[in-house]
Amino acid sequence: MENGMLLHVDGVTKVFGRDDRQFTAVKEIHLSIREGEFVALLGPSGCGKSTLLRMITGLIAPSQGTVYYRGKPVRGINPYSTMVFQTFALYPWLSVLDNVALALEARGIVSDERFERAEKLVDLVGLDGFESAYPRELSGGMRQKVGFARALAVEPELLCLDEPFSALDVLSAEALRGELMELWTGRLLPAKAILMVSHNIEEAISMADRIVVMGKEPGHIVTEFAVDLPHPRTRKEAGFEALIDRIYGAIAGRTEPEMKEVGTAPGTPGLTRILPRSSVNALAGLLEHISPFHKGYDIYKLEDELGVEMHDLVQTIEMAEMLGFATVNAGDIQITPLGQAFAEASILMRKELFAQRARRLPMIRWMMQMLNASPERHLPWKVFYTALLPEFPDEMAERQLDVAIDWGRYAELIDYDDSDEMVTLEVSNGKTAAVNDRPPA
Amino acid sequence: MTLRERIFRAPSRDGVLFSSSDVIVLLIIAVVIYLGAQLAVGSPEVIQGPDINLDPAALPYYALLSIGRMLAAYILSLTFSIFYGYAAARSKRAERWLMPLLDILQSVPILSFLPVVLLSLTAILPQGVAVEIAAVVLIFTSQVWNLTFSFYQSLRTIPIEYREAAAVFRFSRWLRFKQVELPFASMGLIWNSVMSWAGGWFFLMAAEIFTLGERDFRLPGLGAYLQTAASQGDTSALLIGIGALIGIIVLLDQLVWQPLLAWAERFKVSQVSDDNPTTSWFLNSLRRSGLANWGSRRIFGPLNRRLNRWLNRPPAEVAGLEPVENGKRSLLGWLVLILVALGIGYGLVQAVGLLMTLPLAAWGDILVGALATLLRVTVAVCIALAWTIPVGVLIGTNPRAAAVLQPVVQIAASIPATALFPVLLLGLLTIPAGANIAAVLLMLLGTQWYLLFNVIAGASAIPQDLLYTSDLLHLKGWKRWRTLILPALFPYIITGLITSSGGAWNASIVAEFTEFGGEISHVTGLGALITSATAGGDYALLLASTLTMIVLVVTINRLVWRRLYRVAEYRYRMDQ
Repeated sequence: MENGMLLHVDGVTKVFGRDDRQFTAVKEIHLSIREGEFVALLGPSGCGKSTLLRMITGLIAPSQGTVYYRGKPVRGINPYSTMVFQTFALYPWLSVLDNVALALEARGIVSDERFERAEKLVDLVGLDGFESAYPRELSGGMRQKVGFARALAVEPELLCLDEPFSALDVLSAEALRGELMELWTGRLLPAKAILMVSHNIEEAISMADRIVVMGKEPGHIVTEFAVDLPHPRTRKEAGFEALIDRIYGAIAGRTEPEMKEVGTAPGTPGLTRILPRSSVNALAGLLEHISPFHKGYDIYKLEDELGVEMHDLVQTIEMAEMLGFATVNAGDIQITPLGQAFAEASILMRKELFAQRARRLPMIRWMMQMLNASPERHLPWKVFYTALLPEFPDEMAERQLDVAIDWGRYAELIDYDDSDEMVTLEVSNGKTAAVNDRPPA
Repeated sequence: MTLRERIFRAPSRDGVLFSSSDVIVLLIIAVVIYLGAQLAVGSPEVIQGPDINLDPAALPYYALLSIGRMLAAYILSLTFSIFYGYAAARSKRAERWLMPLLDILQSVPILSFLPVVLLSLTAILPQGVAVEIAAVVLIFTSQVWNLTFSFYQSLRTIPIEYREAAAVFRFSRWLRFKQVELPFASMGLIWNSVMSWAGGWFFLMAAEIFTLGERDFRLPGLGAYLQTAASQGDTSALLIGIGALIGIIVLLDQLVWQPLLAWAERFKVSQVSDDNPTTSWFLNSLRRSGLANWGSRRIFGPLNRRLNRWLNRPPAEVAGLEPVENGKRSLLGWLVLILVALGIGYGLVQAVGLLMTLPLAAWGDILVGALATLLRVTVAVCIALAWTIPVGVLIGTNPRAAAVLQPVVQIAASIPATALFPVLLLGLLTIPAGANIAAVLLMLLGTQWYLLFNVIAGASAIPQDLLYTSDLLHLKGWKRWRTLILPALFPYIITGLITSSGGAWNASIVAEFTEFGGEISHVTGLGALITSATAGGDYALLLASTLTMIVLVVTINRLVWRRLYRVAEYRYRMDQ
């Protein structure tokens, strides 16, 4: 093993569930981290980046492949790594000082020395004066500072950050990022390397030396970008913007030909496309926002302008693509004439347009065909759920149905009665559905 | 925390009335009762009861004895809960058996065990000891299930990030228990302890006053004091006794439970501060008191440190969080399993043999008795519904009424129904059909409070905007009840009914067959059958009627309550 190599992830795959209800979270991941590196794992939600992080810390074990730390395979919790959690994971019944001291107590320091050391760390992250406060009395940013102090208390070699800033408001997140970078670049942290999971491109570029981009279905590494801009980095630098565009291109990809875009129906050969988790409202908002612009629109700008999180935005963009209301190319989104029409249409017209397009989606068409084939034109929700199970893990099957029913209801194609859990075919659409049975050309 | 969250919730499985584990659990219970009945044959014919001194000066001593029994049973319950909860939450295989067992045991009418337990224990142990143990066992079985379920539930619902942090920071078992699991479970454990103590008093009183013909199983304690006072017609002693009982319950509430609840506020998980947290004057004065502070510094501090040093060993290796795949059962495991199965099989054959000796007519009696008791339970529950819904809504929606009525209701509810039973008999046995009325009244006393508290909780949880909306729509009278109030109350009423009908079945054991002032009076009923079979030494009948009651109650639970509960959970929830 080369010198300075801390972590080596060798061909790691993680499969959840068993038998015919399996779900591959990440597949064949290779990744190395050396001393002194700050690496960011970047990708849309559901790409398995948190799963990968949990395998690296030893919280879960890989199904295949091995995680090596300093050349030794990791079994159980990796004692040289520690983690800062997205949701802070502070114990609400313990004060700030007790939360930090508890990490030291776990390492066997039972004497009062642990409080002295905890005190120093609380000072380091700038929380002096708040030692006896309880987490619920602190703002999100301050809570995360406690999270950092606790993680640093055990002097980890590898500091793992699981979307540490995404539960914070914009200002606190910015401030905390700056403070962390000051400590890191000033070599004031005991950690030898940092691995951060993020879904925020700007955040990754402003902090990391290397960005590993992940894609989903199943989670895999798409590509890597080295960031050699000097610290502190600002968006105004030329290299920064260019990098944002390149990374967006890698994540959002480009619109595929239609057959591939909409996928195949459940139970038929080919990949069943997962319906993005977004709503008609969000779709309308997005299309209205970009409709005045006739050429491509920078996706990264939308995040701020619409005030949405990147993973929600990506889902809505996917929905627009899937329905043929927009196309995506290299970090740009372009509205189609159909999308334009939707953005400008009246409420009823929108329903009509949406229904026309949604009816072509294999998932919804498949549900309508099944309903059509049943004598009463209605079927229990469970039937669809069970049919989806071979292809999706249980939670996702449920979510997929929720999305399909939500879209179907808006389009007045299918209806759902929560009290008896029955999915019904909307009568007025029964005929059209039958006519539309043929797959789109 | 709303009342509803505190109420014990049955783990629900879809559709299946009885799973295979349920059937096996029921069979095991049958074998255990059979063994008890077998042992009971050796029980002495005559058991000398205690002499109860009605002098008020003796009351503190009796009170101490009663509290001691409660405390012993409670400590036992808490310890059991923690181990059982751990076992069920840690291992998938154990969970498959432990949860149905818990589910059935919590719906079994516990008092139906009392005769078997008393008889079998007196057969093998010295009388004084046996009766004490029987009382503790009975209270234990009334207190333990909701505590266990609460602890198990807490273990299973600890937020994943707390568990992940505990793993990443390499907590030892002890640290995990002390700093994560116990704090997280504490709120539920304390609330359920309050409920368990309330229920425990009911069974303590029942155990303390139990007599059967020549066998006097009574125990020196508050219950026996009240019963003796009633049967001797000593009204002043009766009043002093009831006063003492209420006093003890109120004191325990003020000096133990309220401070504990106020102290446990900090274990609430919510990240926002509560507007009106539970407070306790006693806890506040403790916090100010120099003596208490000295005690915590000099005694608890060092004790805690020593315990930590002793138990907190940093583990060499910490496992990840994924459930460990169940390995193959070892040879020894199989051997034990086969032996246990053989034992149960043998017991079953014997039990069935005993049941076969029972004439057909006796089975007819059991059927008639079961129907009669079912009718009484239904009447009691209906009466309870009829008055608790209007009163509960009045208290729940009207702060001024609540201020006056709430404390009255709380004190009234704190009196265990069984303690009042001798008083009821005193007044009712002379009038025609008095025994029947007394039986229904006792059931009512034991059931109505659960219902009332749930209705109050439900009524006060009706969202204000819905109340405004129905005002705006001019919904009045029956229409308002039908569209807003009753649907909103439905889940709470069902939750209350589950507990209260269980209480009514329990009460039938002591209510249907009574001995008062040397005279036996009984009505037709399953409870009367169980007690009279015990008195008459008819062990086949005892086994058959006890089993019938258990199976009947469990079936009603599954068939009626659980279904209604699911409907309530699903359709009439106010919180989205």
